Amino acid sequence: MSQVLYDVPGPRAIARHRLYAVVGGLVVLGIVGAAGWKLWSEGAISGNKWSFFEEPQIVEALLEGLLVTIEAAALAIGLAVVFGAVFAVGRLSDHALIRWPSTVVVQFFRATPVLLLILFFFFAYASRLGAFGALVLALTLYNGSVLAEIFRAGLLAVPRGQSEAAYAIGMRKTQVTTLVLAPQAVRSMLPAIISQCVVALKDTALGYVIGSGEIVYEAKQIFRSPVYNNPIPVAITLAAVFIVINYSLSKLAQSLERRLARRGERVIQTEQIESGMGTGTPL
Amino acid sequence: MDLLPQIGEMLPRILDGFLVTLKLTILSLLLSTVVGAVLASMRVSPVAPFRAFGTSYVNVFRNTPLVVMFIFVVEGLPQLGVRPRFTTLGLGYFEMYAIIALSTYTAAFVCEAIRSGVNTVATGQAEAARAVGLTFGQTLTHVILPQAFRAVVPPLVSVYIACTKNSAIAAAFGVLEATGQLSSLIEDFPGSVYLAFFLLAAGYMVLVFVLAGLSSLVERRWAVSR
Repeated sequence: MSQVLYDVPGPRAIARHRLYAVVGGLVVLGIVGAAGWKLWSEGAISGNKWSFFEEPQIVEALLEGLLVTIEAAALAIGLAVVFGAVFAVGRLSDHALIRWPSTVVVQFFRATPVLLLILFFFFAYASRLGAFGALVLALTLYNGSVLAEIFRAGLLAVPRGQSEAAYAIGMRKTQVTTLVLAPQAVRSMLPAIISQCVVALKDTALGYVIGSGEIVYEAKQIFRSPVYNNPIPVAITLAAVFIVINYSLSKLAQSLERRLARRGERVIQTEQIESGMGTGTPL
Repeated sequence: MDLLPQIGEMLPRILDGFLVTLKLTILSLLLSTVVGAVLASMRVSPVAPFRAFGTSYVNVFRNTPLVVMFIFVVEGLPQLGVRPRFTTLGLGYFEMYAIIALSTYTAAFVCEAIRSGVNTVATGQAEAARAVGLTFGQTLTHVILPQAFRAVVPPLVSVYIACTKNSAIAAAFGVLEATGQLSSLIEDFPGSVYLAFFLLAAGYMVLVFVLAGLSSLVERRWAVSR
């Protein structure tokens, strides 16, 4: 894509770019090095700050936390797919009595911060849901309403001729949607659904606030303990874990997207969902 | 248990909360837009180290939960002796930490929004500009950027909306902004969980509506047929 902005460089431009590369590389290295030196000289990442890795109990607690994280994300996404499917169909309904409430629900949950939802469910229903339940419910409602928009865009993106032909041979609307539109839409939406998994996985970290036992909450116990008092090494560890998982998921979504595009099939991009309200971007 | 007087009592505190939310959001948006634009120009630059830096920044910060960023900044920076303040705007340590965490995180998304906008400009446009002898700078300022800007607005506003909602996380890290008011309201007005929640959610909806409205206004204003 960079080719939009400049031609393939000739010999003189290549030499110039090499000079920029050396200078730029030194500047970048200098900034990263200065940050690293600052961390090191203040003793924030010195060897003993990492010693929690030598405690089998702590590593085990972290791994169990990771399991809870994945469990929460998987549960939330699974439920969100159902929620999204129901409300996407609701928003496309011919009956105003179904269409309007669905629209209100979807827009409401898209516009409300996830943390506000989590805290609300935690304060209002903690006795019945527990912290884990509150986290999963909030994530389900938020991701479900985002998925509803993705599904709706996917159904609308199937060429008009498909539904016209289905109606012409006498199918009812339910049949058209379930037999003709949905099977064609699902493939185009797969990348967007996987990207939404990344969002859900990242948002499970909000369980930190209500203590739902996921990995960030477990990690808090480490850096809060006076023995370690090491927020920076712990945060780096957490970031590394999330980056590995989310980066692989994003790569998977990208390769699926490329495969669909190569076959000339439609791909629903989250950015295509009109910014009317709430976020289409996985943030 | 009359509703209206209770709302009247809650409203000033909710508005106070949203004032802080607005401060955090606006400053984070300004910072992240500047950093994101620099990162985006690095990512499209012909110089390899810049490209590598831009790409790794985006991959690292886009895949890290914002809460982890907050932990790094709010718990970590004080250990390094970094204690920023901005008293003229009434911003203490915690507000400044929140702005740092929010803007470093959001910058990665701003970068991607800008890059995808530049990507929508057809290659022929730049080629034609070079063919008539425009320099790199002229190509960029007269041909690419004016077209890219229009394409950037919708994804950028999505990022801004998300950043507004993400500022809620500051509530868990010592900033009494809108979401942070929820627990203190519940404490002072027992039995008002629903009321407090819906008032706060309504506030966020207003913010989101305003941003989305501005975006469609801008889009219509600069709409071009391509």
